[in-house]
Amino acid sequence: MKYREEGARWLFAIAACTSIAAVVLICIFLFANGIPAIKEIGIPEFLSGKVWGPGNDKYGIFPMIIGSLCVTAGAMVFGIPIGIFTAVFMARYCPKKIYGPLKRGVDLLAGIPSVVYGFFGLMVLVPRIRELGRSLGYGGSGSSILTASLLLGMMILPTIIGVTESALRAVPEQYYEGALAMGATRERSIFLVVLPAARSGVITGVVLGIGRAIGETMAVIMVAGNQARMPNGIFKGIRTLTTNIVLEMGYAAGLHREALIATAVVLFVLILALNAAVALLKRREKR
Amino acid sequence: MNLKQKLRPYKKRPGSFLMLVLVVGSAVITFAVLSFLVIYILVKGISNITPELFSFTYSSENVSLMPALINTVSMTFLSLLIAIPLGIGAAIFLAEYARRGNRLVSLIALTTETLSGIPSIIYGLFGMIFFVTTCGWGYSLLAGACTLAIMILPLIIRTTEEALKSVPDTYREGSFGLGAGKLRTIFRIVLPSAVPGILAGVILAVGRIVGETAALIYTAGTVAQIPDSVMKSGRTLAVHMYNLANEGLYMGEAYATAVILLLLVLGINTLSGAVAKRVMKG
Repeated sequence: MKYREEGARWLFAIAACTSIAAVVLICIFLFANGIPAIKEIGIPEFLSGKVWGPGNDKYGIFPMIIGSLCVTAGAMVFGIPIGIFTAVFMARYCPKKIYGPLKRGVDLLAGIPSVVYGFFGLMVLVPRIRELGRSLGYGGSGSSILTASLLLGMMILPTIIGVTESALRAVPEQYYEGALAMGATRERSIFLVVLPAARSGVITGVVLGIGRAIGETMAVIMVAGNQARMPNGIFKGIRTLTTNIVLEMGYAAGLHREALIATAVVLFVLILALNAAVALLKRREKR
Repeated sequence: MNLKQKLRPYKKRPGSFLMLVLVVGSAVITFAVLSFLVIYILVKGISNITPELFSFTYSSENVSLMPALINTVSMTFLSLLIAIPLGIGAAIFLAEYARRGNRLVSLIALTTETLSGIPSIIYGLFGMIFFVTTCGWGYSLLAGACTLAIMILPLIIRTTEEALKSVPDTYREGSFGLGAGKLRTIFRIVLPSAVPGILAGVILAVGRIVGETAALIYTAGTVAQIPDSVMKSGRTLAVHMYNLANEGLYMGEAYATAVILLLLVLGINTLSGAVAKRVMKG
């Protein structure tokens, strides 16, 4: 009997260690396959080289780093204000009757697969942006930084809305009522008292949204144009770190393949830094 | 109260009124975008759904999505088969055995959190290097399922742990008081009461598996047929959809596939909503 109890305890402990094992394995295999390539190419050439031409043995991922940053920044421009305002609506303005359906709508927004978003972007956004670009005299094929930013902005909405809404709900009701009692309008109370009190939660939501935007692959690949060059205007195409991997992994070999894995290493380090930021924020929130 | 009365307090407060407009406007934009997306896909796609799409073998004439649909189901089962025992075991350890502040526990929490933030393309690349190449499995359902299992593991651990922790301690004490051992208490008392919560997590995980593309392209591969073993390559519905849109030859079929994907996600969401409601009721 005792024997069985102890055995089960060990089994559960081993299961619990799978996530440690997974992280360790991912790190080992990514770094072991990526770092040698970075060394061979040279750290400055790899990180700040502006030419990505596997045919000529040129492996500079600077355009892709900038590309990832561009579309992520663009997604933030669209996603953060709309997301936070919508979260305020959900937490403070929404009539009870329509709250249920709207909440399910936000869940659906989070559940729609990224290929479906990408397809929607390809069929709906790309032609519209092409027309817009032409009418403004910028040209471009419609697959551009702007298109990818708009689409990613849509995709990070549910993350930002969800986290911000629960942060807003966690603020004690007295804060809001106190502000109202001092004669502030509803909006002043919310934006100058409740929202600042929920600050760390809101920032966590934003950082999680950024993580989702940087890591998104399939939607971006369908609307961003994927040209591996420095960005030259929001109506022109761009390639991101994530899409670089998917686009070329299918036929890459040798140093080219390792350079792609090294691209993933750079992305991985970026994501780990963001994760660390979220963990720090959460710890501060607990205090 | 009519609209005029409602707006009266804002007469001398243009700033507040502006914020009100922004809040309501943003909410309208969010839900308008969502409705437009769903309606657009449904309207464009439903007319493209034909009986040929559901033929059991794929050919370039029928562009059938049935093999991909079946692969999606088998991929889901395989991934869950791997992830559920590990995830629930881990959650039992964290909720029932581990002591607070234990170093191992905080390490597990940290790595679980890290896993949940890793983008799917990194999982895909890891799966390709590890399962496909190092383990020598080649592009196969099994390699894809193992990759997805790691991806959904944090989700299952987190939801199960929460479900276990919400089971009142009196249940456990009652069971111990009647002379049951720890193991019997966990399997007979605690786990059954936590089932709805665990189920809600599993359904969310199914949603992620169904929609996943980036982690599967270089692990499960893109063969459009039903494989005859788990060691063969087969594309799921999301990968199928990506390939169709990418090739650009079969846009009608791509719309139809998008409808099926959307309906699957809608169904999964409704199901998890219903289960979550039952959890609330207790």
